[in-house]
Amino acid sequence: MTPKQLFFSLLVRPSLMLLSGIRVKGREHLALTGPAIIVANHNSHLDTMALLSLFELNRIDRVRPVAAGDYFLATPLKKFISEKLIGILPVDRKKIRKTGSKHPLHHLSEALERGEILIIFPEGSRGAPGEIKPFKRGFAHLAKAHPNVPVIPVKIRGTDRALPKDEALWVPFIIDIRVENPYYFEGDVRDFTKKIEELFHDDR
Amino acid sequence: MNSITLLLILVASLLALSSLITYVMQKRSSKDLTELRSRVRSWWVMAAIFFSMILAGKAAALILLATISYLALKEYFTMIPIRQVDRRIIFWSYLAIVPQFWWAYIEWYEMFIIWIPVYVFLLLPFRQVLTGRTDGFVESTGKVQWGLMLFVFSISHLAFLYTLPERNGATGVEMLLFLVVLTELNDIFQYLFGKRFGKRRIVPTVSPNKSVEGFAGAVAVTPIAAAALGFLTPFTLFETLFAGLIIAVAGFIGDVVVSMIKRDVGIKDSGTLIPGHGGILDRIDSLTYTAPLFFHYVYYLYY
Repeated sequence: MTPKQLFFSLLVRPSLMLLSGIRVKGREHLALTGPAIIVANHNSHLDTMALLSLFELNRIDRVRPVAAGDYFLATPLKKFISEKLIGILPVDRKKIRKTGSKHPLHHLSEALERGEILIIFPEGSRGAPGEIKPFKRGFAHLAKAHPNVPVIPVKIRGTDRALPKDEALWVPFIIDIRVENPYYFEGDVRDFTKKIEELFHDDR
Repeated sequence: MNSITLLLILVASLLALSSLITYVMQKRSSKDLTELRSRVRSWWVMAAIFFSMILAGKAAALILLATISYLALKEYFTMIPIRQVDRRIIFWSYLAIVPQFWWAYIEWYEMFIIWIPVYVFLLLPFRQVLTGRTDGFVESTGKVQWGLMLFVFSISHLAFLYTLPERNGATGVEMLLFLVVLTELNDIFQYLFGKRFGKRRIVPTVSPNKSVEGFAGAVAVTPIAAAALGFLTPFTLFETLFAGLIIAVAGFIGDVVVSMIKRDVGIKDSGTLIPGHGGILDRIDSLTYTAPLFFHYVYYLYY
């Protein structure tokens, strides 16, 4: 077993089950073998944990949350947790410009080519409880470069009550996760971003 | 034969009969009965968990009941609108569950009966003062205390019932099983009579599926079922029939009261924890009323 599999099977899943409980709708959309881009709203550190725990242990190593390198790799402890236990793909929020010939999201493209499943929070960082901040377009650029990779919108509710931003106390509330039908890139980046973003403003 | 063995055989036969009936119905009818069949399957699972934990000794039984309280309270708090600062008193209200069941475990009745209605009731508003948020104070304190009363205080009466000493050959465990089995049977009677004869809606705005006929049928039949299960109680025949009547009427009220919450926040089922049943709240709603009322009925008559 990898450290990530141990971490999720022994710690994350049992605590999520005991302290929150996850209700999932549309789980069948996650039953895929190839690469995918999961796009989710973000209000809590529990979002990543809950999304990862939806995957069976034998696939979990292939599910990679895309996260801010400047924050999650800042200290040795954070670096260990982020890299070994969660398996993030870091992006540098400050230097998101083209350097030389390589695209800044180059390593994300490579991950998709390896068949990995990316988790992207297009709001960029955690919002206040209940808030959905404007989406950034990174995921759409990635989808444009990989038009055959499905973009799967996932709405998460309840993590903002259980463990909101700037709070350390985890209070038991059920987490509701709704996995939507997959989308494939079409049109231009701006429209595609808007189309996905609007889904998150429906019925919530 | 020992009375609990007899009850287990009865329950298993009823479940087997329901499985058989729904299986035959599915064979004969073209309608999709997946929902009904998954409901019957869930009954098997719930009965297996419930009886094995209740019969595995006092600690196991009380842990099961405390867990049910916790899951129900969590479903309730997830469902209702709250302010962000309410996380604080909600956290404290979860903590109140453990002592409540501990008092039952050590059989300290005086503390058990006042812990939530007196001590927690006085403590939670003080915790609200410490948050400093004054707007919405009355509403939020009311919501939290009401949830505790219904899903912890009421449900914990099952735990105290468990600990009651034997009277006329009937133990607390047997009385607990009598109450729970009859409450669930009463729900099923209401459903069946409603399905077969239901015409007039009894509380149209609250539960459109509940009918006068379903209620009346259950009120007539539940006391008879109570008499049949009377071997689990210390009661005389008259007392058993009256216990059945209490369970039939209170079970109905508990059911519709919990439905009020769902109507208020605009959802149909409180969850998806139990396939075919919805959430925990949908299954224990009747017990929130039958448990304290039945407990005090027994307690008044025999203790």
